[in-house]
Amino acid sequence: MGVRQTTILVILSFVAGLVVASFAGFREFIPGLLEGAWVTVRITVQGCLLAVVMAVIAGIAKMYGPWPLRWLAVCYIEVFRGTSALVQLFWLFFVLPHFGVFLEPMTVAVVGLGLNVGAYGAEVVRGAIQAVPRGQWEASTALNLTRMQALRRIILPQALVAMIPPWGNLFIELLKSTAIVSLITIGDLAFRAQQMNQTTLKTVQIFSIVLVMYLAISMVITLLMRLLERRAAAGLSRGRVS
Amino acid sequence: MEASTSERPAAAEGGVAPMVRFDRVTKRYGALTVLDDLQLDIAAGEKVAIIGPSGSGKTTVLRMLMTLERIDGGVIWVDGEPMTHMPGPGAAGSGSLVPASQRHLRQVRGKVGMVFQHFNLFPHMSALKNCMEAPVTVLGLSRKEARERGAELLSMVGLGDKLDHFPGQLSGGQQQRVAIARALAMRPKVMLFDEVTSALDPELVGEVLTVIRKLGAEHDLTMIMVTHQMGFAKEFADRVCFFYQGRIAETGAPAELFGNPENERTRQFLSAVLEAG
Ligand SMILES: Nc1ncnc2c1ncn2[C@@H]1O[C@H](COP(=O)(O)OP(=O)(O)O)[C@@H](O)[C@H]1O
Ligand SMILES: [Mg+2]
Repeated sequence: MGVRQTTILVILSFVAGLVVASFAGFREFIPGLLEGAWVTVRITVQGCLLAVVMAVIAGIAKMYGPWPLRWLAVCYIEVFRGTSALVQLFWLFFVLPHFGVFLEPMTVAVVGLGLNVGAYGAEVVRGAIQAVPRGQWEASTALNLTRMQALRRIILPQALVAMIPPWGNLFIELLKSTAIVSLITIGDLAFRAQQMNQTTLKTVQIFSIVLVMYLAISMVITLLMRLLERRAAAGLSRGRVS
Repeated sequence: MEASTSERPAAAEGGVAPMVRFDRVTKRYGALTVLDDLQLDIAAGEKVAIIGPSGSGKTTVLRMLMTLERIDGGVIWVDGEPMTHMPGPGAAGSGSLVPASQRHLRQVRGKVGMVFQHFNLFPHMSALKNCMEAPVTVLGLSRKEARERGAELLSMVGLGDKLDHFPGQLSGGQQQRVAIARALAMRPKVMLFDEVTSALDPELVGEVLTVIRKLGAEHDLTMIMVTHQMGFAKEFADRVCFFYQGRIAETGAPAELFGNPENERTRQFLSAVLEAG
């Protein structure tokens, strides 16, 4: 899907939102749901940032770190990929207090989802680094760059381009899994919807709006990632003929 | 790699100490012995051509000297210093060597530069940036100094008007010339060329060979090149080494080795190459 199609879809989903909002039966739910959506967006953005940081650190530590770091990275990746995000959130929220650690619900949401998606992201980072041709490492060694200099200056800039599409998927996964934070008392979009549904029973209206809102957010993510990919690819292979 | 003993290369009679010495170097991949007890001295400023059938270990020789491969036995010396090894603790003068640390490798590796068959340019950097990266990052040159050095070298290889072009915008021959300039920007004493024209369209081979000729004439670089261009080896090299199954089967001045090969394998190889055109 190109940038243009994505832009059109983003606009369409906003128009759909406006149309829905223009019916009286829907209008009353919009302010409350928008509040919930804002919470969802905040968790998503902060969670994604944390996920990227964790993924880069864990991915590189697993590949090039000294053995204790490598071991730590492997543990992190396997634990967070091998257990469900819901259990991880419950752990942070309900279990840690038993050990005297009390975290704000929002902090738990961001840390839990960020660490969870970061574990998948670490494999994305690793795969993209490994996909850079070996000759790039060899040229770097021949020019006497250290391994870290080669990684930073030569390998990562090239790996970045290959990482962007899978990261787009992971960000959308993170957005979708924010719905489970309603189980640790956060008033996100899904939570607000359920709450309104219980008091008003207007299921069709409420969940139609919720659907459109989630779609709009994920389309914005897709669009941003497309733009990023286009810029990065242009920077990497300016004027490449083939 | 074990601790080894190896004599510091001494000046031969009336001559100078070799720039490069392979002292009983062995390289294995699993059960396969790719280089067997290789003994080879190369003098400062000497131009050596390495020829031989595919799989005979030619590339491996260069890769070991560039420290891209570890060796399984022997010692490689560069410019009077052990490269693969360093003097063991408290062993001054005893000749006992231990495997080189990363730091030692980095220090000696700076004397060697390499040009690859497939260029291996950095695709995300312009020609000039390709040449500036290592001088700035490794040698600590200012960007201005590195830019001047890079631009000068790119002019030398005939690409003074392509400084801001990216590798993807250059022909194979132009990319290979950028790669030569990039290696030279580190001011190596020894330059390695691994079949640098093999990946090029025939009409682009000449421009790269011209640059190598010019390098040979204008700089006192030690040059070691693996090549299938027998004509070029004959005209350019001071000495030719014919590799066969991980050993130097024959070595000599180009006129002798090409004109009157002693070894049966050399003869077979040369006639096969000549037949192929
Ligand atoms: N990384 C490797 N792993 C296993 N075998 C290798 C590797 N690199 C080279 N070889 C083997 O070593 C031998 C010599 O290779 P090479 O030096 O590339 O030969 P040449 O350059 O003369 O064609 C070949 O038999 C090749 O298959
Ligand atoms: Mg080869």
